[in-house]
Amino acid sequence: MMWRVGTVVALQDETATARTITLKVPDWPGHIAGQHVDVRLTASDGYSAVRSYSIASAPNAEKRVELTVERLPNGEVSPYLTQELAVGDRLELRGPIGGWFVWRTQQTEPIQLIAGGSGIVPLMAMIRSRASTGSTAPFRLLYSVREPGAVFYRDDLLALSDCYNKVSLTYAYTRIPPKDWPRPPGRIDGALIADVTWPSNLAPTCYVCGPTPFVESAVGFLSASGNSADKIRTERFGPTGDRK
Amino acid sequence: MNSHTYDYDYIDGNAAAGELSNIFAMDVTVAEGQCAHCGATKRFAEAHLYMQAPGVVARCAVCEHVLLRFVKARQRAFLDLRGMTCLILDTSQLQEC
Repeated sequence: MMWRVGTVVALQDETATARTITLKVPDWPGHIAGQHVDVRLTASDGYSAVRSYSIASAPNAEKRVELTVERLPNGEVSPYLTQELAVGDRLELRGPIGGWFVWRTQQTEPIQLIAGGSGIVPLMAMIRSRASTGSTAPFRLLYSVREPGAVFYRDDLLALSDCYNKVSLTYAYTRIPPKDWPRPPGRIDGALIADVTWPSNLAPTCYVCGPTPFVESAVGFLSASGNSADKIRTERFGPTGDRK
Repeated sequence: MNSHTYDYDYIDGNAAAGELSNIFAMDVTVAEGQCAHCGATKRFAEAHLYMQAPGVVARCAVCEHVLLRFVKARQRAFLDLRGMTCLILDTSQLQEC
């Protein structure tokens, strides 16, 4: 697969440590919600580093690709992408990649999305794709996040979860919940999964994305609730959420 | 159960799609691969992928046996597929290429 060049046309901070980069990629062939790209940075001495980032945007005709990048302490690539990259800069990317962790607009069955932290990114592409195509597939999102300030796409999620044909949205806060939040802070557990996800007898397709330990536990709870393994698709990004 | 299962240093086979696209004409991550060790047949995207090594190592999600090793060095790529008895590809994809 060839490397393409995209030009940065917009930058938007999602949180104190995460930024959405909008690229215009003239020869972009189109993508499916859930796919990712590899981004390659090359230093003047020829050293290069490649990282994978999920696409946050819905497929669109404008050849625009949005990536949301979380800055990792001691990261080699993410500090550059989140702090130094400017509008007008160019980035090399390879993609779209991956035909497994995808939601296609032809799917009409109930969809259960479960995000841990920045694992929301490919799931947001699915939610946006559903909205932009007018799909009525029933969607539920369970979004586990450290605190309210760490939520990505807050306004979009609010709008898409508070309209006709809405996506049902549940936040689970692991450290600091908003005031008067009913559930004490903590990781997702079997009771929460049983309470807020689709009943398994509806045979939802489940997409789980997050750090590897988060995905392991979420998949365990989904299985315990009766969801069959072949209906659960996962995308893990490592022990701490560090991609590669 | 193998002790590897509870080490959280792996990601999904999905993540190798870009690297393997240099070798295969089709997206191998959606292909089904049969483990030569335990016989489980699963999507390559579901394999456990270890990328800390100089290359990429994919292990069976069921038994953790090595399915694939891929290393690039000095203008050469080394691909070891002996951990899979069979890789089943969906040829309808070819129309999309």
